[in-house]
Amino acid sequence: MINPIAASSAAWILAICLSAVLAPYLAPYPYDAQDNQHLLEAPGWKHLVGTDALGRDLFSRLLYGTRLSLSIGILTALTAMLIGSLYGAVSGYVGGWLDNGLMRGVDVVYALPDLLLIILIKMMIVQDLLGIFLALSLVSWVTVARIIRGEVLRLRESAYVEAAQALGMSHTRILLRHILPNAMGPLIVTLTFRIPAAILAESTLSFVGIGIHPPMASWGSLAQEGWAAMKFYPHLIIFPSLTIFLTILAFNFLGDSLRDTLDPERRPA
Amino acid sequence: MLRFIIRRVLWGVPVLLIVSSITFGILHVVPGGPFDQEKKLPPEIQANVEAKYHLDQPVWRQYVLYLQGLLRGDLGPSYKYLGRSVSDIIRDTFLVSTQLGLVAIMIAMILGITAGIFAASHPGSGWDRFLMFLSTTGIAIPNFVLSTALILLFSNLLHLFPPALWEGPRYLVLPAFSLALLPAAYIARLMRSSILEVIKKEYIQAAQARGLSRFHVMLKHVLKNSMTPVISYLGPLAATLVTGSFVVEFIFSIPGMGKFFITAVTNRDYPLIMGVTLVYAVLIILANLMVDILYAVMDPRVRLE
Repeated sequence: MINPIAASSAAWILAICLSAVLAPYLAPYPYDAQDNQHLLEAPGWKHLVGTDALGRDLFSRLLYGTRLSLSIGILTALTAMLIGSLYGAVSGYVGGWLDNGLMRGVDVVYALPDLLLIILIKMMIVQDLLGIFLALSLVSWVTVARIIRGEVLRLRESAYVEAAQALGMSHTRILLRHILPNAMGPLIVTLTFRIPAAILAESTLSFVGIGIHPPMASWGSLAQEGWAAMKFYPHLIIFPSLTIFLTILAFNFLGDSLRDTLDPERRPA
Repeated sequence: MLRFIIRRVLWGVPVLLIVSSITFGILHVVPGGPFDQEKKLPPEIQANVEAKYHLDQPVWRQYVLYLQGLLRGDLGPSYKYLGRSVSDIIRDTFLVSTQLGLVAIMIAMILGITAGIFAASHPGSGWDRFLMFLSTTGIAIPNFVLSTALILLFSNLLHLFPPALWEGPRYLVLPAFSLALLPAAYIARLMRSSILEVIKKEYIQAAQARGLSRFHVMLKHVLKNSMTPVISYLGPLAATLVTGSFVVEFIFSIPGMGKFFITAVTNRDYPLIMGVTLVYAVLIILANLMVDILYAVMDPRVRLE
């Protein structure tokens, strides 16, 4: 990762993760402390990126929001990877009618745009956090399943798999011991791309008012709060939006360079 | 060719059935009916209202009634906008969204294809790397971030374009650009990698060996064969535009299907939600069908299947 873009992306992601973990220590104010003397202040010395309509410090809220956004992003990405990898690996390895059937199921989910499905599922669940988690996981696993199935199909034809089968190795062991380790590269890359997709979906949902609601703070809900006052107090929307954008960008760049690194025969985009 | 089309259309019907069943199922599991408002209605009126909207029937019966209505083209009444049917609302808003979407597609194709061609003509150069960096940024930037940035810059600061509403051609510009940037970035990448692949093919070398001018080769041979991934992208592009329209129409207060969908979800207006979902499903299926047909038209090898 000598590539400066990839390096700075990794640095940003590290900084974001650290600030999520260390939020209580880094935040100058509690995220819900209201200060009626300092409403809607522009960025300054007392409040690094300003305050909102209730006098809450935006920087502190951003820090705590990082916890929510990042954990939702990573958790849903991991869950989607788990479900999707299992589904795709079994489908690709077994093949035949099972593969056909499983992929038809995937196609039905694919018939609708993803955000549409996410909104529909989230609507069913009253609890914000659980709703977003379930909605994002249940929709994004299909992308993972397709990718992993492709990989397994490719690896299934390898000589060592054939040899293992000839030696009488059980299919489960083959999947775990031979196919999975060799699919690690694409797996890691897929995971690296799933996280920004999840962050994007969550912040979009929260922005239109269907995801995380105030006073809980995620980057998206902070952007939503800032949007109402955008004309006169742009700082309220600029900083959350910038954070979302830079984080998603960083993960995408990291994923790109990981893909180029881990799979040399691939053409760089 | 006709058999191909008929087969693909027939495939769409069961998918639509499944989609409508799933949306129906989802909406009837949702807690909180459309009439659980703050002011509690007196029980007789509540019962009347429920009878009128068939909410007192068992779920399977409601489903059958709904399907029957679908066959008549009736998507049911809106729960929120009393007196208006879902079909009416969709008809009004569909035009708006389509206008916006078509303009966005045009912008995306023009920008993306030219950028892709330019990048591919100077591979590895500073321009190429810059354009590809821009395209990665374009893919990563969330819709609402781009829209608000455009509004802040071009509306609040420069006062060039209106920040919201839908009252004339100038109102198109910012929303269409917001919708078009991500597809443009994708198309630029697709175009670039496709051209770089096609250029290596033997028939291009053969054309150049025959003495055809570089321009001629580029236009008639390279471009035609490079377009295929872009054409395939038109299917996912329709889906991208649909989801993009949710955010963009919401931010710019454009009276399109996307904005009504969002408000319907917030208001739990079941028939409107289901109607819009079905319309979107039909749209996506049609878009994919068109892509397949275009593919078959452009690449004779596909027709032989």
